Amino acid sequence: MAPILEIQNLYKNYGPVEILKDINIAIEPGDFLVLVGPSGCGKSTLLNCIAGLEPITSGKLMIDGTDMTDVSPKDRDIAMVFQSYALYPTMTVAKNITFGMKVRGVDQATQARKLDEVATQLQIEQLLHRRPGQLSGGQRQRVAMGRALVRDPKLFLFDEPLSNLDAKLRVEMRSEIKKLHQTLGATMVYVTHDQIEAMTLATKIVVLKGGVIQQIGTPAEIYNKPANLFVADFMGSPAMNLIPAKARAGGTGAQIEIARGTGAPLVLTDQNAPSLPEDVILGLRPEDIAEAGFRAGVGVQQASCLVDMVEPAGADTYVVSELGGKQVTARLHAETVATPGEMLDLSIDMSKVSYFAPETGQRLN
Amino acid sequence: MTDLAYPSAKKSDAFGKIVLRWLLYFLLGIFALYYLMPLFVMVTTSLKSLEEIRTGSLVALPREVTFDAWRTAWSGACTGIQCEGLRPYFWNSVMLAVPAVMISTFIGALNGYVVAQWRFPGANIIFSLMLFGCFIPFQVVLLPMARLLGMMGIAGTIPGLIFVHVIYGIGFTTLFFRNYYVSIPSELTKAAKVDGAGFFRIFWSIFLPLSLPIIVVTVIWQFTQIWNDFLFGVSFSQAGTQPVTVALNNIVNSTTGVKEYNVDMAAAIIAAAPTLLVYIVAGKYFIRGLTAGSVKG
Ligand SMILES: Nc1ncnc2c1ncn2[C@@H]1O[C@H](COP(=O)(O)OP(=O)(O)O)[C@@H](O)[C@H]1O
Ligand SMILES: [Mg+2]
Repeated sequence: MAPILEIQNLYKNYGPVEILKDINIAIEPGDFLVLVGPSGCGKSTLLNCIAGLEPITSGKLMIDGTDMTDVSPKDRDIAMVFQSYALYPTMTVAKNITFGMKVRGVDQATQARKLDEVATQLQIEQLLHRRPGQLSGGQRQRVAMGRALVRDPKLFLFDEPLSNLDAKLRVEMRSEIKKLHQTLGATMVYVTHDQIEAMTLATKIVVLKGGVIQQIGTPAEIYNKPANLFVADFMGSPAMNLIPAKARAGGTGAQIEIARGTGAPLVLTDQNAPSLPEDVILGLRPEDIAEAGFRAGVGVQQASCLVDMVEPAGADTYVVSELGGKQVTARLHAETVATPGEMLDLSIDMSKVSYFAPETGQRLN
Repeated sequence: MTDLAYPSAKKSDAFGKIVLRWLLYFLLGIFALYYLMPLFVMVTTSLKSLEEIRTGSLVALPREVTFDAWRTAWSGACTGIQCEGLRPYFWNSVMLAVPAVMISTFIGALNGYVVAQWRFPGANIIFSLMLFGCFIPFQVVLLPMARLLGMMGIAGTIPGLIFVHVIYGIGFTTLFFRNYYVSIPSELTKAAKVDGAGFFRIFWSIFLPLSLPIIVVTVIWQFTQIWNDFLFGVSFSQAGTQPVTVALNNIVNSTTGVKEYNVDMAAAIIAAAPTLLVYIVAGKYFIRGLTAGSVKG
């Protein structure tokens, strides 16, 4: 299938400042692309470039195979939901939703029919005659969605649509957006700074930092094989443990040596390790450190660690201990008993480990 | 002891508060009287006969109320050689102020919208220049403006005066609207662009309906400026097109023989009435419009 959105070598400057650098992205029809990154990294700028609200400095941007350089936003066959919702304050909800059709000269009957469809779909029928000022945050959010849905565009663009909602509503709307994506089969580009939103919604994630793409991949790829230290640290909660270590080529695979505050260093063996430099940073998800005996497999190694802190979190218990000078978090079962100041036997799954070069931060395996 | 001392301390506290409050009212009353005194004298004098003015005290109430002076001021007082009162000049001012206010307000709205929401290269420079225009003294532009009006063939006409006031007003009206519109999130414009609306459509359908408070502010401001203007009026008009302020001056200055204070006062009140009226009717919105930001998107 031809990509519905294709971005090649896109650069975007504001005056002398380079905001986006060499962006290359392609997505297929039906994809849910999430642009994720810390705030100020250029996500909104990229979305505005896709919408045609900001001109691009160089590079190429194509929607459904057509070069968009000289195409204005209204002719790009897109719809956009903004972070502030950007509802027209003096118009009723109904007028807000039909404004685009009215501007385009769609006849009254069609307008009414589409308004009806969208209102039913989003359950906002009883709000149609109110003004945005009389709506709650969640209701405004729905109306903003309605204004986009009624367009039935090739591409939906969302700029942090949930960031102004409270936590509970955010989770609700998140799953509603996901449902919408599945029922409509529409292509969506979604901007967020929230990595959980990115993981739950995306079929494809682009991690952005400082205007440079760090990694593109499926949520699983991004989570399991982060391309560099930034992605490793940014995606996942609690964050991936990043432990400085020394690597030595051993008999079978590599010997990974991790300094400990007291006592001998912890030595782990990784049979599948690639050839590693002497200094490495070991990346280990909290869930890849488990209670001794709970994990089995070739890569699983036992380690006895001094418990520094115990954080029960309902479904899980997080146990923190110091390894390689870092606070290392293990995600254990809720019923596991651990006491600060005592030793605890853990098993570490070395088959899930990531290695990074300390200087460049790049992934090594 | 402490139990007893406590409420009495509180009582004297309350007493002090009451004294302070009355002192405050007293002072405010004095100031209000001070400001109202001239108006009082004007109104009472305008209702007296010349005879009574000559014999009575300045601050006394009229013994016999007569509207003769008002009648004369409106339709009989002499402004130089003509003796038609203020009436024709009052209408000149209306014909001048109403279009000038409307045009300058509209242009200001459009300018403010462009400068605030369609950031083009050099927008800030252009806006600064317009602001600078607000602070050019009237006297500086008199001669170039006279020449320009002459070249345009509208010297000495009401359209000429309208033109002058529109040009001079644009700086302020642009400033008002620009400051109002910058507080409107730019995402609103973006959303409308995605919806397919163009420059003017967004202005008409989204920005103008939001603008009532700032329109009121601008209209009051412009109306007061233009109605009260004397310098442009006296410089760029000729017999028959003079605004009411110029005619008032002529009435007051050209009376020969006995000075008709009652007519002068009545004429002054008539000349000032429209701006007073505008402020009384719309003043509430004026304060509100100056202090309130725009509606949040
Ligand atoms: N109109 C603009 N002019 C100059 N710089 C801008 C403009 N808009 C955004 N920026 C800058 O571009 C960078 C990226 O902004 P943005 O795309 O809004 O970030 P994000 O949406 O990821 O938080 C920021 O450093 C911001 O200051
Ligand atoms: Mg943003």
